[in-house]
Amino acid sequence: MMAFDLVPLFPELFLAVTGMAHLIIGVWRGNHSTHFIFWASAATYVAAALILMGVSWGDAIVLNGMFKFDNFAGFMKLIILLGLLASAALSVKYLDDEGVSRFEYPVLMTFAGIGMMLMVSANNLLALYMALELQSLSLYVLAAFRRGSLQSAEAGVKYFSLGALSSGMILFGISLIYGYTGTLDYGTLSATLLPMQSIPVGITFGLVFLLAGLAFKISAVPFHMWTPDVYQGAPTSVTAFFAIVPKIAAMGLIMRLLFEPFAPVSGQWDQIVWFLSAASMMVGAFAAIVQENIKRLLAYSSIGNMGYALIGIAAVSSTGAGAVVLYLLIYLIMTSGVFAVVLSMRRNGKAVENISDLAGLSQTQPMLAYTMAILMFSMSGIPPMAGFFGKLVIFQAAVDAQMYVLAVLGVVTSVVAAYYYLRIIKVMFFDTPAPAFDGALPFARRAVLTLSVVFVLGFVLRPSLAIVIAKNAAGALFAG
Amino acid sequence: MEFIAVFAPLIGFIITGIFGTKMGKWPSIVITCGAMFAAAAASIYLFYAVNLQHAPYTTVLANWLTSGELSVNWALRIDQLTVVMMCVINIVSTCVHVYSVGYMSHDDHQIRFMSYLNLFTFAMLMLVTADNLLQLFFGWEGVGLASYLLIGFWHHKHSANAAAQKAFVVNRVGDLTLALGMMGCFAVFGSINFDVIFAEASKYADTDFVLFGQHLHAMTAICLLLFIGSMGKSAQILLHTWLPDAMEGPTPVSALIHAATMVTAGVFLLARLSPLFEYAPEIRVMITLVGTATAFIAATIGMTQFDIKRVIAYSTMSQLGYMFFALGVSAYSAAIFHLMTHAFFKALLFLSAGSVIHALSDEQDMRKMGGLWKKIPFTYIMMWTGALALAGIPPFAGFYSKDIVMEAAYASSNWSGQLAFWMSLAAVFMTSFYSWRLIIMTFHGKPRSSEEVMDHVHESPSVMLVPLFILAMGAVFSGAFFYEPFVGGEKAAAHGEMSAGHEEAGHHQPEVVPHESGGEDTVWARQSFWGDSILVLDENDSLQAAHHAPKWVKFSPLAVGLLGIIMAYLIYMTGPGVPDKIRRAVPALHALSFNKWYFDEIYDFLFVRRAFGLGRIFTKADRKIIDRFGPDGGATASGATAKLFSRFQTGFIYQYAFVMMIAVISLLSWFVFRAGQGG
Repeated sequence: MMAFDLVPLFPELFLAVTGMAHLIIGVWRGNHSTHFIFWASAATYVAAALILMGVSWGDAIVLNGMFKFDNFAGFMKLIILLGLLASAALSVKYLDDEGVSRFEYPVLMTFAGIGMMLMVSANNLLALYMALELQSLSLYVLAAFRRGSLQSAEAGVKYFSLGALSSGMILFGISLIYGYTGTLDYGTLSATLLPMQSIPVGITFGLVFLLAGLAFKISAVPFHMWTPDVYQGAPTSVTAFFAIVPKIAAMGLIMRLLFEPFAPVSGQWDQIVWFLSAASMMVGAFAAIVQENIKRLLAYSSIGNMGYALIGIAAVSSTGAGAVVLYLLIYLIMTSGVFAVVLSMRRNGKAVENISDLAGLSQTQPMLAYTMAILMFSMSGIPPMAGFFGKLVIFQAAVDAQMYVLAVLGVVTSVVAAYYYLRIIKVMFFDTPAPAFDGALPFARRAVLTLSVVFVLGFVLRPSLAIVIAKNAAGALFAG
Repeated sequence: MEFIAVFAPLIGFIITGIFGTKMGKWPSIVITCGAMFAAAAASIYLFYAVNLQHAPYTTVLANWLTSGELSVNWALRIDQLTVVMMCVINIVSTCVHVYSVGYMSHDDHQIRFMSYLNLFTFAMLMLVTADNLLQLFFGWEGVGLASYLLIGFWHHKHSANAAAQKAFVVNRVGDLTLALGMMGCFAVFGSINFDVIFAEASKYADTDFVLFGQHLHAMTAICLLLFIGSMGKSAQILLHTWLPDAMEGPTPVSALIHAATMVTAGVFLLARLSPLFEYAPEIRVMITLVGTATAFIAATIGMTQFDIKRVIAYSTMSQLGYMFFALGVSAYSAAIFHLMTHAFFKALLFLSAGSVIHALSDEQDMRKMGGLWKKIPFTYIMMWTGALALAGIPPFAGFYSKDIVMEAAYASSNWSGQLAFWMSLAAVFMTSFYSWRLIIMTFHGKPRSSEEVMDHVHESPSVMLVPLFILAMGAVFSGAFFYEPFVGGEKAAAHGEMSAGHEEAGHHQPEVVPHESGGEDTVWARQSFWGDSILVLDENDSLQAAHHAPKWVKFSPLAVGLLGIIMAYLIYMTGPGVPDKIRRAVPALHALSFNKWYFDEIYDFLFVRRAFGLGRIFTKADRKIIDRFGPDGGATASGATAKLFSRFQTGFIYQYAFVMMIAVISLLSWFVFRAGQGG
């Protein structure tokens, strides 16, 4: 414990050093180097993943108890790096097309990535806050990245001010908890809470504030209001990034927080998570129905998906946690594929974002339409696509934990949600064709799309593989 | 080696399926055919390594899924039965691939066609190499899908689409019971792996299911379900109506799928599961009866059809009937033997018919043929070869396989075997009758098609004739050559041929049967050939008895077959008015046969119209009752909810912040309230 062992931190350190090196190169060479920095960053993510796989995956607590590495952290970090890689691959060409190809973009992604990786390893409420802010500040800038656009600027401001409010809540919650327990360390916290006969109301209040702030980060209802506006306003590649990666890191953070230090008070937070999950599923399903803009639609879709993932947390079991990890992995891969299609929606050099713009895609670009259809089937949870298995394990965990209300609500809302996913397929295949989209897909985007579809279709061949890995990863949270 | 034999077609399918149109026609053809050549070569090697060396093995590729007690692997079970099937599939498929290069050369979608053929072959290989019922089911559905795609290949033809759908729907009935049978196996054995099932079959021979208070003999129930499943795929009577219609597909498809391989999947399934069927004697009687009925009825229908492909289709159905009653009397290896020879000569007949159709610019009606033999002599000879093999004239392959099947039926201790023998003897007569009716109507007499068409008649290109020749070799020699190992009689001093593996696992194997005259050294050649892949209980071993059947039993099929040829010659060659006179003499019988025993009409009346009527009732109920209160009502409510939610989405930051604070305060209030409740 006292040893100043930095080995578990190597991936983060590596990212930080190369991120800053990229920043220096960027400042030196200007925006010409954007492409180089993009690919260098992508290579960095791969290298970081390799380093991550190289370090020992045993449990380790370093930095005076601030940072914890275990199977769960390792696996979540791998998923995060995968998401970063996918987002980087999706962004390059889009930024060129939009004329906002600036070198800060990949650098900010890298810094946000470091924040996210620290989030899932946080073992102290302060470390949690620091990591969260590192991630959030990078994201605020990215949301407003297209400075010239009023929408993008508005999205940035909205996200920033509401994000500041949520950070305030988190800090207030932390201070309440500190006041009642006298500690910020996860281990000590758990040891303090365990013998308590009755939970002081201050701790409950602290937990409510803390969870409310974190619910904002995963855009769980009713802290989701920013999501549709920011998703719509931000540049699409940033939206893709928002939808793919930070959600996963924040879920990882919440899981560690609830299952480790606050495990003794699961009776308290269980109700909050139950409420967030039910509300998110309902709003995600119903509000999406009337959306015409595909980015807004995907915003509600991500809200709904977080609702399903929260079911697994509300189950308070290692099966449930494993289900959440698997669900997040499948969600990440499906969403990357969907955004690869959305980013390709350009007509006459301008991005188009309405669902009606997809009309008759099956005739103008059949391959794109079929891949999108497969992804939509998967999103709506139709077997044998991967999305079906994600939902299946979640509902199984809910039934195991005898949370029949949530399980039934989940099934009902996924039927409602199927309506808007299938509507996209209907528009693509049965409506009179709109003019064709511009040109072919760039290589990187095509690669992301292909891999995503292959995963979605191929999952059924070896479902047990991913299920077992996810379960083992989540098992680390319940080990001690 | 087994990887090449199984996965080469898959690779061919993937490459040509994705890049086919980009690569162009010739590279696609080279890839698909090359994959098949590799697969065929690999399976012939396996035949040497596994069957001749008596060394079956199983390769596990990966764990597929594990759920509770159910654990299923992707695996290749390479045993004697599998390898025989692989050889048949890959060799016939290779011939059909090469033939299609010529036959489909005028079609714009030849690449798609070739890649579908690859897909089909892979699915079929998956079916025969399965080591558990689920993987078998995967292959089973895969061949169904490929068959559907290929029957409806010319999707601009309405009849082709209808036929494809019919095949799909009828096969669903069988697939349903197959799936139920699989679940039954799991319920009894707690596993769907063949190894486990076979090892424990004898243990559960007397187990009962209790269903709604009724006791059902478990083996009988499972075998019944599995048998109905195989009836669908193998076009046995009652579930056969799709097969003749399937002839709407291109002719190479008919040859490969609807004659040589896919339709024999049912035969394979029953042979594979012989350790189960051995404990279900009632079901084997039923199989015998169904097979006999199929053989007989299909042969009667075949006598009066005019479409050249339909005649051969009914002949296929009839031959499948033979295989089934062979299975019914426990002569599994005879059934597989007939399956193999049949694959060769039936593919030959179909491809020759295809060559005729090709020559006559897509004419299939035999009434518009005639007088072709001088113009296409090679096809003519091939057709004779196929027909001689089909009719069972020595030394052609059909003679050996059909005779052993019928002898086994005669020698079977069961009354159903006797019935099968006599009925199939009648079918033999009809078989040779309609075969020569086909040859005479097609090739002899005066040309009945227009001058213009006759001028175009030409022999097919050699790319179509070479596969015919290879299949003809099979149709001539495969019977005599494989008779001994497949179904052969006793062989003295065969100790050396028995492999170590065979002896080790010998406890499932029926005890080596000492022949009355022979000593303890006697071993049946077929037992050392098939090893453990086929199980026959001693008391059921009809093949053993078959070798001691009276002489007249052995010769009667030949005599009856020759009689059929002579009758066909007399009726169709001597006088043109004779067929008409016969038709008028027995109008009822002719109508019954010509209208295919009215199966389609009866089904239409019983099921199709009922289903439509029911559908209409449901449509009305759906619109009037369910829609109003269900989906439509729900949709309206959903729309309203959606609007409500979106009304909150104003875009003003202060409102969003307000909602967040309200939410936090509500949560806090909830906890305060609960604390007040004393919770």
